[in-house]
Amino acid sequence: MTDLLDILSNPAFWVAVLRIATPLILGTLGVLLCERAGVLNLGIEGIMVAGAFTGWLAVYAGAPLWAGVGVAALTGMVFGLLHAFLTVGLALSQHVSGLGITLLATALSYFGYRVSFPKVNTPPTITPFAPMDWLPVPILNAQTALTLFALLLVPAVAWVLYRTPLGLALRMVGENPQAAESQGVSVAATRTGAIVAGSALMGVAGAFLTLSAFNAFFFNMVNGRGWICVALVVFASWRPGKALLGALLFAFFDALQLRLQQSGDAVLPYQLYLMLPYLLSILALVLVARKASYPQALMKPYRKGER
Amino acid sequence: MRLERRHESSRIALVLAPIGAVLFTLLVSALLVRWAGAPVGRTYALLLQGGFGSVFAWSETLTRAIPLILTGLAATVAFKARLFNIGAEGQLFAGALAAVAVGGMHGGTGFELSPWLLFPLMMLAAAVAGALMLLGPALMKNKLGVDEVVTTLLINFIVLLGVSALLDGPMKDPTAMGWPQSVSLQPDLELGKLIAQTRVHTGLLWAVSLAVCVWAIFKYTVLGFDIRAVGANARAAAFAGVPVTRTVVMVALLSGALAGLAGAIEVAGRTSYVTLDMSPGYGYTGIVIAMLAGLHPLGVIAAGVFVAGVLVGADTMSRAVGVPTYIADVIVAASLIAVLVATLLTQYRVRVAK
Repeated sequence: MTDLLDILSNPAFWVAVLRIATPLILGTLGVLLCERAGVLNLGIEGIMVAGAFTGWLAVYAGAPLWAGVGVAALTGMVFGLLHAFLTVGLALSQHVSGLGITLLATALSYFGYRVSFPKVNTPPTITPFAPMDWLPVPILNAQTALTLFALLLVPAVAWVLYRTPLGLALRMVGENPQAAESQGVSVAATRTGAIVAGSALMGVAGAFLTLSAFNAFFFNMVNGRGWICVALVVFASWRPGKALLGALLFAFFDALQLRLQQSGDAVLPYQLYLMLPYLLSILALVLVARKASYPQALMKPYRKGER
Repeated sequence: MRLERRHESSRIALVLAPIGAVLFTLLVSALLVRWAGAPVGRTYALLLQGGFGSVFAWSETLTRAIPLILTGLAATVAFKARLFNIGAEGQLFAGALAAVAVGGMHGGTGFELSPWLLFPLMMLAAAVAGALMLLGPALMKNKLGVDEVVTTLLINFIVLLGVSALLDGPMKDPTAMGWPQSVSLQPDLELGKLIAQTRVHTGLLWAVSLAVCVWAIFKYTVLGFDIRAVGANARAAAFAGVPVTRTVVMVALLSGALAGLAGAIEVAGRTSYVTLDMSPGYGYTGIVIAMLAGLHPLGVIAAGVFVAGVLVGADTMSRAVGVPTYIADVIVAASLIAVLVATLLTQYRVRVAK
């Protein structure tokens, strides 16, 4: 018990929570944008891998860190366009298209990594983002600018979604595309825009891993974080504020699990602690499912003139 | 851009579409081969040769195809009813573990019984273990509306961590010099060789006959009809008196059992014990195979052999010309997307109009 108090009263613990939460916040906001417009994007896991890789590769090749973030966002947009073409343009199954993109983006990234560094066993490193020492806010000043960006993005996305005509159109397209079309909103254009923007955020979420949390690209480094974002959006009932809360809660348990493992007197096999985040995700899905208010048109392809 | 349904799509187009899509994929992937600095023609020739160019290549390809056909069938059964089972990977491991738990060496975990009794018991345990893994997500989807894609995916991670814990602890082979691997299967439970001097085992007969069984279920049984009805439109099916929940449960049991058997057959036919790397993602590749086959159980056999050949061929090719083996994963994933598009174009005409 005192152990637990020790852990919770240590600022380093809360620094870790915020760091673990950052890619989840970015990814969850990305998924949220797509789903609010009515499109599931299971490409996230692969898009994160691709963003992590291209962002890192750009910086390794000499680009400034923020340009690396831009490259990652651009990578996400390219895969987002592909997903939009398949699901909006051709009305293919959103599940299958997303999974295909995850497989493709992951395979392309690993292929690109191996072609770029054929004989390297220890991955080459870059100088990642530095913590914002100049900020007079404890805990936050141990984070990098990308974390601040993720935190500021939450109110920004909420504002766009609820306070702008663009957000209204986006939500309408996700709830009732027929009605939106009759109001002169282009369903195809709005959905494509939402998917591309959301996928850009997924790319940045991946880049956080290589440009801020670590300083190199590893195989399996995304390790299911994308899928957790998909679960978090349901937990958040498609609301940006709750998405932040969910990401923080999730990161809290993940960080706790790490500390309990490190404290050495863990009674249980370490794998059980590692299971905790996944079990928690499923539990959250079950608890929230009953009262979840899915965007009504989620996963329903829309063909003009067809009902 | 808008789509217009074609009045009829020719059978020839339906067969040619996937072939054309794969050829298109190979054409695009040639750019990656160039990027890796290898001659395209020679690379593809080596890939083909490594997968299908000799008796040895065929034997390796068929060996690799066995688990892929089974996980492909698992995905086919589930997807046909629109139950998106992405959990075949976890179900495969659950089946493998159950097989060793029942049929492991004496003094380990297994039972002391005649192999005539123990073998069916082992297969049954594997099928049940795989089926149970999918039952939860299927019920959660049907009763609570929890998306099964996310739950089955998350369960994969949980199962793999569980397998890792068991292989470190209670199910660890004490004679394995500290490696996290399970005890071996009793030798008389192992599957025989199909071709002497190769690794192809009689699991291939299992995979092919199960594919035929699934095809027969789809074509000739009430369950098959119900599955198609639920997949086409669950609400309309319920209205027409199809027992939707029961069908979804049956589909989950069948799909999970097939993936569980994939694990048991891998153990009995190839590895003889469970390790964490016994499957390089067979569960996920099974999804691609099901889609390449257009969710046709017999097509799964062809798609499974094709994908296995690409994966096996890539190993040989990579050793010879140094193009990373990940090219195989790129080709498989890109083929999936290309085939989806090509199949759609056999059903719809694209009109670009404004």
